[in-house]
Parts: sequence; C-alpha cells; structure tokens
Amino acid sequence: MSKQIEQSVTHSVLSVRRLTLPSHWMNGLMNGLRKAGYLIGSMTLLVLLWEVTSQLSGKALPGPVSTLPIFWDLVSNPFYNYGPNDKGIGLQLLASLGRVFAGFLLGALIAVPLGIAMGVTPFCRQLFDPIVQVLRPVSPLAWFPIGLAVFHLVGPATIFIIFITSLWPTVVNTAFGVSSIPKDHRNVAAVFRFSKWKYLTKVLFPYSLPYILTGLRLSLGIAWMVIVAAEMLSGGTGIGFFVWDSWNALSLERVISAIVLIGLVGLVLDRGFHYIEKRFHYGG
Amino acid sequence: MSYLKLENISKVYPTKKGDFQVLQNINLHIERGEFVSLIGHSGCGKSTILNIVAGLEKPTTGKVFLDGEPVTGPGPDRGVVFQNYSLLPWLSVWGNVYEVVDAVFPNRSQAEKKSIVEHYLSVVGLWKHRHKRPDEISGGMKQRAAIARAFAVGPQVLLLDEPFGALDALTRATLQDELVSLWKPTADGNGDGGPVGGTDTVIMVTHDIDEAILLSDRIVVMTNGPAAKVETIITVPIKRPRMRREVIHQSVYNDLKDELLEYLHGRPTVEMR
Repeated sequence: MSKQIEQSVTHSVLSVRRLTLPSHWMNGLMNGLRKAGYLIGSMTLLVLLWEVTSQLSGKALPGPVSTLPIFWDLVSNPFYNYGPNDKGIGLQLLASLGRVFAGFLLGALIAVPLGIAMGVTPFCRQLFDPIVQVLRPVSPLAWFPIGLAVFHLVGPATIFIIFITSLWPTVVNTAFGVSSIPKDHRNVAAVFRFSKWKYLTKVLFPYSLPYILTGLRLSLGIAWMVIVAAEMLSGGTGIGFFVWDSWNALSLERVISAIVLIGLVGLVLDRGFHYIEKRFHYGG
Repeated sequence: MSYLKLENISKVYPTKKGDFQVLQNINLHIERGEFVSLIGHSGCGKSTILNIVAGLEKPTTGKVFLDGEPVTGPGPDRGVVFQNYSLLPWLSVWGNVYEVVDAVFPNRSQAEKKSIVEHYLSVVGLWKHRHKRPDEISGGMKQRAAIARAFAVGPQVLLLDEPFGALDALTRATLQDELVSLWKPTADGNGDGGPVGGTDTVIMVTHDIDEAILLSDRIVVMTNGPAAKVETIITVPIKRPRMRREVIHQSVYNDLKDELLEYLHGRPTVEMR
C-alpha cells in the first residue's frame, strides 16, 4: 500500500517535471506569439486607417487593395535595369544606401576626432561649439547649391549633403561622452602616469565609445531621412528620385510602396546599430 | 629630516557664497616605514589631505615634501587606493593591473611585467579570477584588485582612502590582514618585498577606530570641519605582528579606544530625559 503511494508520488513528480522541463520553451513561445500578435494588430490598424482615409478621399489616395499588386510587382523583380530611367527598386535603394554610407563614413571620420578634441580641451570646445551650434539647425538641403558649386556634379553634391548631415549628432554626442569621463578614471590615469596614448586607448576611447555609437546611430538615421529629399532634388538614381519620378508618372501606389520600403530599410539600419551599441555597453 | 613632510597645509575652496576653508595649518611629519591613520568625522577634510599628498589637489598654502623633494603633481611614487575602487570597468582584473604596470615600467620586458602582475594578483588571491571584469566580482574582490594595482607599481608611499569602508565586517578583517602582510612581508618572515621592491610607508584615511588601532603606528585625530586642524596625534604602542584576537584583549587597546572615542565624541555626559 505505502509502496503504491510512494510510486504514485514519484510518478506524479516525474510527470510534473516532464511538464515543467519544456515550460520555459513554452514561455519563450508564448512571448514570441504575444509580440507577433501585437505586430499583426498594429499592422492591421495601419492598413485599416489607410483604407478609411482612402475611402474618405474618394480614392484620390489609393487604398491597400490597389497598392498591393504594384508593391508586389516592385519587390518581385527588384534588380532589373532597363536604362537610366527604368531601374528596379532594389537598385534604387542600393544607390541611396551607397550615398548614405559614403557620406556617413566621411562624416564620422571628421566628427569623431573633432568631438574628442572638443571633449578633451576646453580651448577646442570654446572655439568649435559656436560653429556647431549655428550650423546644426540648418536644413542639410541648404548645402546642396554649395555642393554643386564645389563639385560641379550631382552625385558628389548629394554625398556632400549627407556628409554635413552626419556630422552634428556624432560631434555633439562624442564631445559629451568625452567630457563626462568620471574624475575617478582620470585620477587613476594621473596617479599611474598613463601616457597620452594609453589614456586615449585605455580610458578615453572605451569610456566614450557608447556615446560615440549613439551619435553615429542618430547620424545614420537622419542621413537616411535626408537622402530621400536630397535625391528628389538631384534626380538620376536613388529611392528619392524614384519617389519623385513615380509622382510625375502619377502613380501614388508606387510612392506608397517606396515609403513602406524606406521605412523598413531605416528600421533595419537602426536595429543593426542598436545591436552594436549594446555589445559595447559596460556595467559599472 | 622626516621622510614625508606636510608643512602648513591649508585648503580653501572658493564657492558662490564665499570661500570655504576645509583645512587649516596642517603640519605632519611621517617617518619612513610608518603606518599612519587619519581619523575624524566625515567632512573634516581627511580625504582632502590624502588627495593633496597624492598630488591630485593643490594645497592653497603650504607644501608637501617626499624624501626632501616637493610634491608637484600625481605620480606612481605615491600609490593610491581609492575609496570606490576606481577600476576601469572595460578591462579585466588582469588588464587593470597590467596597464598600470605597463605605464609605470615602460622599459621592462613583457615577461617581467606579466610576472609582476601575476605575483600581486596571486598574493591577493585573484589569480583565478583574473579574466573577470569588475562588474563580475564582489566589492571585496574589487578592493583586492585595487590594492594589488597600487602595490604592483612599488610606490614609496601608499595612500588609502577609507579602503574598507564599503565592505562587510568579515571581508574587512581579512583584507586588513592582507594589507599588513603586503605592507611588511618580511615582518612575518615569508619572503622578500615582492618583484618591484617594498612599499613601507602608508597613510590611511578611516573612520573606524578599531581599524586605526589595529593597523597604525600613529593615529592623527582631526578636529571637526570646516577649517579642520590636527587635534592630536596618538602613538599606538602595540608590538607587531599584531594578532587581532590577542590585541583586542589588551588593556592598552581599550585605553586607546576610550581615548579616541573621547576625542571624537567628547566626554560622555549624563542626559536626563
């Protein structure tokens, strides 16, 4: 009798364990399902609002139903190239991304050292801060004529706009990061007489890296926003040109499709950078 | 001629509401090989004295001399163990010690520098935790790493700013003993002064009376701030090595403790309620 009870107890313990073992799988699954649920919900809401707006405008704004086939058309053959005025949307996006990264990297090359200099020496901060403060609020598009005048070519002028755009958030964040190095860290370097190089590589750079990365992420985000406007001005290739060209061809469906794709690419850029940022975050 | 001399040190911080005097006419003479504690209530400027000796702060008036030379700025001849460990969080325990050894002894070979790091990390019992980052170890281990770092550059004078204040009583006792054995390794006959030579003069800031008596040769009692001065200097006549369990039962220990309590808290008065 007692043995039977024992057996049934162990049996139930085992069965409980068998249930609990995959339970954190289950939790993960539930969590994933919940997130997917919210995503589907929010997308449905967006499409619904879009449809309502479309109906209210008397179909002046194309609705989801008329846009979807055109979107599918664009995405299913993204890399065709039928001459300068007819390229696949993938090629247009790549052209824009190329300009964004070229301008962004050039900007980072200038902005990070400038930000470090401004953070380290009050002299540089006093000298450069007014310049940054005056130029930062200027719409980057205002630089387009300057770029054209200097380079005589639309392509480099567009990259120039992105370069200018990319400077400010990185300069400001880098300078802030460097100037906020705690006194404790500076005291350690002073007591143990770190060389300039050791201070730069073992204290200043590791401490400010998260700030620099945040600046770079913001710069890249703004650059991706500005490229669309810049290419509307410059023409030729790129997703901005594609939007403007679609408008001229009176295809709002293509414009809306481009908006969706621009948003998705921007999201991927931001998440990617965010992932890098998190990897370089140190606990106290 | 004393080894470490503080002459007429005073410190005034300018504030919006006018000058704020922290220290006033501090004179201290410390001999080579001494362990001296600074004790006083918080805000009495004892950490400021330490920072001035370290060269991290400039005195408003007065001068500090080490071995006859005036102190003009921070340097590895005066190693500091900071109140909040001050390890660099992006470096491993090993990296934290290695980088200062590398900074202070640029001309030694890689192998030599590595063996110095290994020696001091082993002495404080952190060798097997050397790959961990500061946020992965306990407060006691962080302070061990900071102590190893300070000793590893062989400073002539070691400056400790409330080194064990944030630790629990058990860890504190262990670390106090380890500190003494690092300070005078020859005293209990277990070897040389380590690969970088001996650190034999120590100044420690503390607010723990027991700690001060147990570790120090002399205890400098500060008056309350602002404008703190040296109230008195008490010599601790207890022979070394001092065994914690034996020392606390000696009458001289309790006498010293009473004397210090009286200086710090005034004579006990009877209050009627």
